[in-house]
Amino acid sequence: MPGSSYIKPAGNGAASSSRGHNWGDRLFRWTCLGFSLLILGLVAGLAGELAWNSRLAFRAFGPSFLWTQIWDPVAEHFGARPFIYGTLVTSAIALAIAIPLGLGTAVFLAELAPPRLSETIGFLVELLAAVPSVIYGLVGVFVLVPAVRQTGWTPHGVGLLTAGIILAVMIVPFITTVSREVLLTVPRSQREAALAIGATHWETVWTAILPYARSGIAGSVFLALARALGETMAVTMVVGSRPEIHASLLEPGYTMAAVLANEFTEATGDLYLHSLIGIALVLFGITIVVNGLARLMLLKLGHSR
Amino acid sequence: MRSRILVNRIAFGLTALCALVTVSALFFLLGYIAVHGIGALNWDFFTKLPKPVGETGGGMANAIVGTGKLLLLASAIGIPIGFFGGVYLSEFGHGRLGFWVRYAADVLNGVPSIVMGIFAYVLIVLPMKSFSTLAGGFALGVMMIPIAVRSTEEFLRLVPDSVREAAYALGVRQWKTILFVVIPAAMRGLLTGVLLDLARVAGETAPLLFTALNNRVWSHGWTEPTSSLPVMIYTYAIAPYDDWHRQAWAAALVLMLLVLAVNGGVRLILPKRRIVL
Amino acid sequence: MSLATECLSAWFGSNRAVKEITIAIPKHQATAIIGPSGCGKSTFIRCLNRMHEVIPEARVEGKVWLEGTDIYQEGMDPVQIRRRIGMVFQKPNPFPTMTVYDNVAAGLRLNGVRNRADLDSAVEEGLRLAALWDEVKEKLHSPGTSLSGGQQQRLCIARALAVKPELLLMDEPCSALDPIATAKIEELIYHLKQKYTVVLVTHNMQQAARASDFTGFLLMGELVEFGLTGKIFTNPSDSRTEAYITGRFG
Repeated sequence: MPGSSYIKPAGNGAASSSRGHNWGDRLFRWTCLGFSLLILGLVAGLAGELAWNSRLAFRAFGPSFLWTQIWDPVAEHFGARPFIYGTLVTSAIALAIAIPLGLGTAVFLAELAPPRLSETIGFLVELLAAVPSVIYGLVGVFVLVPAVRQTGWTPHGVGLLTAGIILAVMIVPFITTVSREVLLTVPRSQREAALAIGATHWETVWTAILPYARSGIAGSVFLALARALGETMAVTMVVGSRPEIHASLLEPGYTMAAVLANEFTEATGDLYLHSLIGIALVLFGITIVVNGLARLMLLKLGHSR
Repeated sequence: MRSRILVNRIAFGLTALCALVTVSALFFLLGYIAVHGIGALNWDFFTKLPKPVGETGGGMANAIVGTGKLLLLASAIGIPIGFFGGVYLSEFGHGRLGFWVRYAADVLNGVPSIVMGIFAYVLIVLPMKSFSTLAGGFALGVMMIPIAVRSTEEFLRLVPDSVREAAYALGVRQWKTILFVVIPAAMRGLLTGVLLDLARVAGETAPLLFTALNNRVWSHGWTEPTSSLPVMIYTYAIAPYDDWHRQAWAAALVLMLLVLAVNGGVRLILPKRRIVL
Repeated sequence: MSLATECLSAWFGSNRAVKEITIAIPKHQATAIIGPSGCGKSTFIRCLNRMHEVIPEARVEGKVWLEGTDIYQEGMDPVQIRRRIGMVFQKPNPFPTMTVYDNVAAGLRLNGVRNRADLDSAVEEGLRLAALWDEVKEKLHSPGTSLSGGQQQRLCIARALAVKPELLLMDEPCSALDPIATAKIEELIYHLKQKYTVVLVTHNMQQAARASDFTGFLLMGELVEFGLTGKIFTNPSDSRTEAYITGRFG
């Protein structure tokens, strides 16, 4: 099978030859191993540093740090609730828009579009994912925010909804690209089974293909979610930067990533800094879990990456 | 039956609409930046330093150079680690350790870029007691690792085993086989992987916000804060000066062209590979 | 004898594919190894140059004597063995990024030979031995993969011969080739055995009859019969050999 690269010429057969012959092999292998261990070390180091440098906050506030609403640098009282709320809400809005949009596009590309068109549009959608976040933010600030303001529903323009919309555009490519691939690998037999009982093309998609692909599609959604949760620049520029929780989505808000971007350089005092890093730790934890779930779901469909 | 056919048409019509909306978003983005950026793009932009706050004119020469320096440092860190990690996973790493290294690379890939900036801050800025190009380059370099690992492993795996066997049967040692036969065979893919990796981190802003920070004049060496295109775009966009907004659009156009050129070029060379995700 | 095996067995994990084969390969002759699919002939031949152990969970037991030394003894470096025994595979596998010249020179270069003149002469000699020189001498610097299938296989033979092995192993070298290319390679074998000892695995009995001097018949990992090709095909001693030859199974 191509590229299994499972063969190893030193062999562990009857005669072992790992003595003195192949110092070149050993040196090379150790080098590669060393760099690999370095990768493990970096992850461990990252987690460790985050935990260590946020200990003061968790020591001072305990687990209630996660659900306290106050964010007062002067009084040195910090709670992460407004940011966790903002992150979850903006991500939810983004998914609510991006899932139908992205999945619809994926179905179009996989089922309806002729192959050439599908490839081209697929490529263009991938390009959307390559656009840097700060550029989305730029367009968000100068186009989307005034647009929202012009609808008259809110005088602000910035806010959770605006951030959610920008996020939606940013994560649609993740859903579309992965879902399209997943849809294309659904076996013909599934399709033919539905057509054989007289289903229309759409009914085939709805009843046979989508359900078969649901694990992979769910995986793509989780990938998109993970991206949305950690997204910083575009959100920071349009979310309003107010650590408050309102019932309305049109009010300004804050997210975990945004508060880190805005306040990190201004953190005076250890407790302030540790509280911010505590938020980073929470963000780190959440994205690991969501990403892990995403990979798990994509693995199930034999979609190994 | 008639209604089922109607549903069929409407449903697919909606999907076509979705595709249209998605693609329009891209063209809108590109068009808007082109229109607003092209006007502000001039010789000054590429050659002059920023003017003092409040004055109009000036350029982003230092930001362009800064981005170059940061990418250079990031490559020096990210590419060797990612490359050798990928070689390990492809040629040696089929057991438990391989699983964990792959997982670690995945974790690094999923870390929000701002958290990566905090990592660099804690590791480099705090002990050095200053912001620096070094810290920024480190943050970007660590971000480059997972993509380099995945891309290297994937392209090395694509080289068929028959090629390795041919070399072993000639009595060539494994390390020479990998270095002089397998890697050259995968070279095209490996190079495009590097390019894409660079294009991806070139646009990153968050990790630089408190590592390389910003600089309104030239930064010398590696231990001073440095300006960079993405950070300039951010700084100028949220400021109240129209002239700065103009320059932000110009910088955005330059960055966009860079990213699009690399992604488009790579797609021309390797049409089948999924490149971004 | 240049190569002999003694109770050679080989496993894939717990599955024994070669069962205690003892055989003596005559020098400067072509020996064919025949047998039905799955009888272990490819596995057997790959034990002769220690390529079998390259596969994970593969194991070899027994002895293989190359000019008086057991190549499986403790401390023996398989890489050195493989330089003394050349191998040609079922599907031609020229190195994809190298030119014709570089392919033939690869074995030498990767083992440290740098002198341009030495390489030039080794490449020409290898290509002449493989009956490919006249066809490629004008395009030594075109990619190895630009040749036809039959030419690529001869390129692989030239590559194997350029390192001057003592023995050449050929694992079904013609199964991916058309009849004309096959005929060229069979003719090549006839000439090669003047200088080399050739062991040829083939599932094509007619090829064995045409191209070899000695034949060994393998069935389910065991060596059933070994002897002069003429005798095996006209008057085999074992009834199983006869059944295979006459097409009663296979």
